[in-house]
Formats: sequence, structure tokens, C-alpha cells
Amino acid sequence: MTMTVHVDIVSAEQEVFSGMAEMVFAPAELGEVGITPRHAPLISKLNPGEVRVKVSEKESQAFYVSGGLLEVQPHLVTILADTAIRAKDIDEAAALQAKAAAEEALNDKSGKIDYATAQAQLAQAMMQLRTIDRLKKRGH
Amino acid sequence: MAVGKEIRTQIASIKNTQKITRAMEMVAASKMRKTKDRMNATRPYSKKISQIIKHLAHANPEYKHPFLVEREVKRVGIIVISSDRGLCGGLNSNLFRKTLKQLTQWDNNNIDVDVCTVGSKGASFFGSLKINKVGQVSKLGDTPHLNEVVGIIKIMLDAYHAGTIDELHVMYNQFVNTMTQAPTIEQLIPVVASELENDGLKKHWDYLYEPDAKEVLDNLLTRYIESIVYQGLVENNACEQSARMVAMKSASDNAGNLIDELQLVYNKARQAAITQEISEIVAGAAAV
Repeated sequence: MTMTVHVDIVSAEQEVFSGMAEMVFAPAELGEVGITPRHAPLISKLNPGEVRVKVSEKESQAFYVSGGLLEVQPHLVTILADTAIRAKDIDEAAALQAKAAAEEALNDKSGKIDYATAQAQLAQAMMQLRTIDRLKKRGH
Repeated sequence: MAVGKEIRTQIASIKNTQKITRAMEMVAASKMRKTKDRMNATRPYSKKISQIIKHLAHANPEYKHPFLVEREVKRVGIIVISSDRGLCGGLNSNLFRKTLKQLTQWDNNNIDVDVCTVGSKGASFFGSLKINKVGQVSKLGDTPHLNEVVGIIKIMLDAYHAGTIDELHVMYNQFVNTMTQAPTIEQLIPVVASELENDGLKKHWDYLYEPDAKEVLDNLLTRYIESIVYQGLVENNACEQSARMVAMKSASDNAGNLIDELQLVYNKARQAAITQEISEIVAGAAAV
């Protein structure tokens, strides 16, 4: 039997995932990390991106997080996301629209908008789209 | 027939009151459902973050964050979360009583207190006390937002960093079930290393931090405090609605009892008047 680790993914609004997994991939601030059972304790900030939970050899689940924190204990992985959505629930049209709006805001020369906010929004929308893309390629 | 006019008006006015309390009961019941949903939605997050903080308190980090270090207590800060409106039974007074008890205890140990209040009831209660008030927010409504309480949290955290206060506590009503609300005092900082369930942690260990300890811990601890205060706020909200529902239900029931009693008195008086009238007529007829 393969070793498993307990994984909890919660966002400020709800519990998104809770269960055992063989491996977890998360977009830590210094690059993507893969966590197997009995990993050393770790705390890291998360970038917007995709969290992948490999539940078994055949099955893995993908989530989109907009940033947050990752805590690893040898027997436990906790992801505190600002917002987390199951990847298949991401609305592609909405993400595209958000991306367009953010780009427009960035190009707006009137200088009324907050540059940093617009850039963050753009990054989020792009990460959502990338998550969808990867999901499609994997043939879900 | 002019019998029992006063009683009839009294019954009518109690009936009006009963209508109002019944309406309030139903409004509170439907609001309670919504606030309870909101509370349950945010519970997993605050539970998990408390768990992480508990782990953290047991780690042996090389970087000691000020929020993790206990120091001699000369002055404490408290955040008291109360409701904006009354008519919710003993909800606020129970919390204030518990808070006052704690305040006297601190007073006996020569510890000063800074108070921040959330909600109008707390503001007016502590407004009448001789106590140092440093901040207040009220009128948050049924859907409070985190950024509405960030201000008072910042006041307290700044005071802690500056060394003005040495501990921070939060007081709120914890939602147990619809009938029971438990007034709760929770210490936020410094983080107390409570007894950890035996989950196989080694004695001396530390986290790996990415990108670096100070930044991550700052971020995590601020988030923790905000999440606990916000959780207290939504719990208190759910408590308020359920307490109001129960209070209004018993008020409606009492009004019903009162009406029954008055109706009985009124009927007796009316009967007596009729009997008297008849006997007068009979007596008059007999005299002719």
C-alpha cells in the first residue's frame, strides 16, 4: 500500500477538500512544490495558481487558489487559500472577461486606476485560464 | 354596553404587542438561518488556522516573532464584540458580566485595560464605565465584512508592537446551539501553547519557511488574529438572532397568557352585569 497524507484545503468561505492523498502539488512563492507523505514541516506563502491533489494512481483533483498559505506537517498538509475553486467549476468565460477587463484597465492611460491592483487581477485571471487549459489537455 | 371598557382596550393593546413580537420572532428566525450558514462557512478556515498556530506555538523557531513571546503583563487590550440592537434576552448582559468579572480580576492584580468595542451595545455599556477606550465600531449590520474590523485590530496590534499592551483578548458569544450561547474570552496574543493532542510531533523541530520566517509569520499571525475576530463577529451575530428569536417567542407566549387571563376577567364582569340587569328587571316586574 502506498503511503498517504491527510490534506485539507479551506478557503475563507468554505471547506473545499479534505481527505487522504499520495502527493500534493502547490504553487509556493519560490516555485511549485510537490509534497509527499512525511515531508519536513514547512510554511510557505502561495502564489495564485493550481493546486493538484493526487488522490491515487488513477485519480487526481485540481483546484485553483488565488493565493494564501501552505502548512506542511509530516502527517498533514493544510492549504489556507484566500479563495479556492475546484478547477472544473471555474467559469472560462468569466475568467476571459476578467482578463480582458484587467488588460483594459492596465492600458487605460487616464491614470485613474490603481496599477498594482489591475496587475494582480490580470495575474489571477491568467492563472485561472492556465489551470483550465491544463485541465483540458489532461482530458478531463 | 359599557362593561369592562378598560379591559377591552387593554386586551387590544396586548394583542398589538403580541403581533409585533411574533413578527420579530419570525424575522429573527429567518435571519438566524442566514447568519448560521455564514458562521458555518467560515468555521473551517478559522479552525485550520488556529491549528496551524497551535503547531507553531510548539515549534522552536530560530526567529521569535513578538506575538509568540510572553512578557510581563502590565496592561492588556480587549476587544468586546456585542450586538447593535437590544431585545435579545440576556445575550449582551451575560457577556458584559463575564467581562466585568475578568476586569475586576485584572484590577486586583494592578493590570490596566484598554478596550475596543464592536457593536453599539458594548459602546454604550463601556461608555458609562471609567475605563480606557481606544476604539469602537458599530452598525455593522447582518453581513459584517472583515475590512470593517481591520481598523480596531490594527489599533490593538500597533499598541502591542509599541509595547503599550502586553496581551490581547477577545470577548464574544460563542454559538453552541439555538437555545444556548456561551460568553467566551479568548487570548489572541501572545499565542498560548495549549496542550497538543499527541500527534507524533518530535520535541525539537522547526518549520522551513519560504520565503523567510519574518515575512511568513507576520502574514500568518495577522491573518490568524483577523480570522479569529471575524469568526467571533459572525458567531456573535448568529447568537444575537437566535437569542432574539427565543426572547420574542417567550414574549409572544406571555402576551398570549395575559390575554387569556384578561379575557376571563372580562367575561366574568360581562356575565355579572347581565345577571344584575336581569335581576333588576325581574325585581321591577314583581313590584308592579
